[in-house]
Amino acid sequence: MTARMDDKFAALKKQGRAALVTFVTAGDPDAATSLKIVEGLPKAGADIIELGMPFTDPMADGPAIQEAGLRALRAGATMKTTLKLLKAFRAKDKTTPVVLMGYYNPIYVYGVEKFLKDAKAAGCDGLIVVDLPPEEDSELCIPAMEAGLNFIRLATPTTDDARAPAVFKHTSGFVYYVSVLGITGTKAPDLKSVAANVKRLKKHTSLPICVGFGVKTAEQARAIAQNADGVVVGSALVSAVEKSLDKKGKPTASTPKAVHKLVAKIAKGVRT
Amino acid sequence: MTTEPNSYRTGPDEKGLFGIYGGRFVAETLMPLILQLEQAYKAAKADRSFQDELDYLLEHYVGRPSPLYFAKRLTEHLGGAKVYFKRDELNHTGAHKINNVLGQILLARRMGKKRIIAETGAGQHGVATATACALFGLKCVVYMGEVDIERQKPNVFRMKLLGAEVVPAKSGSRTLKDALNEALRDWVANVEDTFYCIGTVAGPHPYPEMVRDFQCVIGNETRHQMMRQEGRLPDSLVAAIGGGSNAMGLFHPFLDDKDVEIYGVEAAGHGLKKKHAASITGGKPGVLHGNRTYLLMDEDGQITEGHSISAGLDYPGIGPEHAWLHDMKRVNYVSATDKEALAAFQLCCKLEGIIPALEPSHALAHVMKLAPQKPKDHLMVMNLCGRGDKDIFTVADILGVKL
Ligand SMILES: Cc1ncc(COP(=O)(O)O)c(C=O)c1O
Repeated sequence: MTARMDDKFAALKKQGRAALVTFVTAGDPDAATSLKIVEGLPKAGADIIELGMPFTDPMADGPAIQEAGLRALRAGATMKTTLKLLKAFRAKDKTTPVVLMGYYNPIYVYGVEKFLKDAKAAGCDGLIVVDLPPEEDSELCIPAMEAGLNFIRLATPTTDDARAPAVFKHTSGFVYYVSVLGITGTKAPDLKSVAANVKRLKKHTSLPICVGFGVKTAEQARAIAQNADGVVVGSALVSAVEKSLDKKGKPTASTPKAVHKLVAKIAKGVRT
Repeated sequence: MTTEPNSYRTGPDEKGLFGIYGGRFVAETLMPLILQLEQAYKAAKADRSFQDELDYLLEHYVGRPSPLYFAKRLTEHLGGAKVYFKRDELNHTGAHKINNVLGQILLARRMGKKRIIAETGAGQHGVATATACALFGLKCVVYMGEVDIERQKPNVFRMKLLGAEVVPAKSGSRTLKDALNEALRDWVANVEDTFYCIGTVAGPHPYPEMVRDFQCVIGNETRHQMMRQEGRLPDSLVAAIGGGSNAMGLFHPFLDDKDVEIYGVEAAGHGLKKKHAASITGGKPGVLHGNRTYLLMDEDGQITEGHSISAGLDYPGIGPEHAWLHDMKRVNYVSATDKEALAAFQLCCKLEGIIPALEPSHALAHVMKLAPQKPKDHLMVMNLCGRGDKDIFTVADILGVKL
């Protein structure tokens, strides 16, 4: 629904390739380093950025993303600092779509209306809120549509043909297909079943379908990109942040580089 | 802000809401299963044989009805209301948790599920689940915070004896809320063959309703027993609140009896200005673990750790129906500190020869405040929802006794 998102997918279609969607947690490991990481993502090969809104209890995420969130919170991250980070990024980059991803409680407490207004003003293109299924559309999905933001819905292996229409009804921007039964960053996707499910879901939607959860390597990205419109990488990137920290858990000069190097590697997989 | 409803007993609505509370705030992966569960529960409720099997087990396996006991010496000591104990600590496995577990396990069998997962704080719900799984030959995995595993060793050993696998939750505050997160993660990964047996009146719809229905046996028995013993309904009800299942079980059958005063007692820990687990008194509405309800959190919506001397009460949330009953002002939510609970625990041992769990000791602490203010013909029922065997190590530690 935002022009930035639609333009991006149109441009990728012209190039004939899938999108690389990269997830990092806002404020991880601290505000300044996080901004450097995010600012460098497009140059490293990211087409769309997912910015994680830290939450103490991310029940659909594995240890890597939970730890990233807790690192950010320990460093003082709040919803305000997350939106500030997005604003700072947007001041320099007008074209890369940014999607805010997280859980509902911090948004609910911030206030839905105020959140949508501030997120839009900061340059946000869409929202992914893991614990808001279509049954709860009136909470945030519909207000977000009205505010001109994409609401990107997760579809999963349990989203069967009977349920798919309800799941896609208010989805816009793209569909995020969760490649495994499970949480982020644990199981590796079964590429055959991913291909079959993407094909199946395409019958229900004309939106681009991006596939994520468990993607760690350029090879996996390449294989998924053959059937899907995009590949999402998250846990691998926040693990790269973690590995680059010093003994006290503080960022080092190599922290942003570690993330960008991995993004570049996986981007190659998507582009070939 | 709200008008009084014709009945306080009709919730939740078809979306699973009690007013604004409740709902189904879960990952998409779980939604199809949650809808299936709702259907299966509806069908079971309509099936006489389901209720018959549950009734048989409650009577012959659990030992129900639990007695309604007039606590004569405590009553004399407090010098006011006539205090009755609903003796759910006499249930097999030592607490009210088994009432709900048997219902859910029978449902899991109907749904053809072979693997059961549960979360536990004090270990009572874990022990109850492990027990029912042993009874029916089902695989059982219990998630428990690392901190609670240390605090509640006897229950950990019991679960293992019963054949359950106890998995430590190592993230966050390493207590009950983290055990719940881990259980939800397991469920997302194993939706196809796994049934999640939730231990309290919280979580996504239909859990709050279903767990409440299974626990209502407490209040239903209390009504009959009080009518038989005193010829009328009680004047007040008191129960401890973690997630609120024993309390809801006692309260619900009385919600439309306007003259019955109802008190839910949360854990005030070190005090309401310090660390505590009083979600209603010290929290605000938010969304966690599949439902909207009162939660302990900071101004940014980050969940904070609860504290209570009782591992069964230090959950940073409360069942959504309680949140609604609070807003409707039908139930009075109060709190008791660790210290008050400990004093009540000791008093109960000495005056009544009953070692209560630390959870109902919170309810008793409130009875000690309330009963002296009431006339001698005031009938007060406290839910003695668990026995204190599991807590003697914690209490000994605080009293400076080495076991
Ligand atoms: C004896 C006892 N009472 C109360 C509770 C708190 O749970 P609820 O509020 O759901 O009854 C527990 C939880 O473990 C318990 O073991």
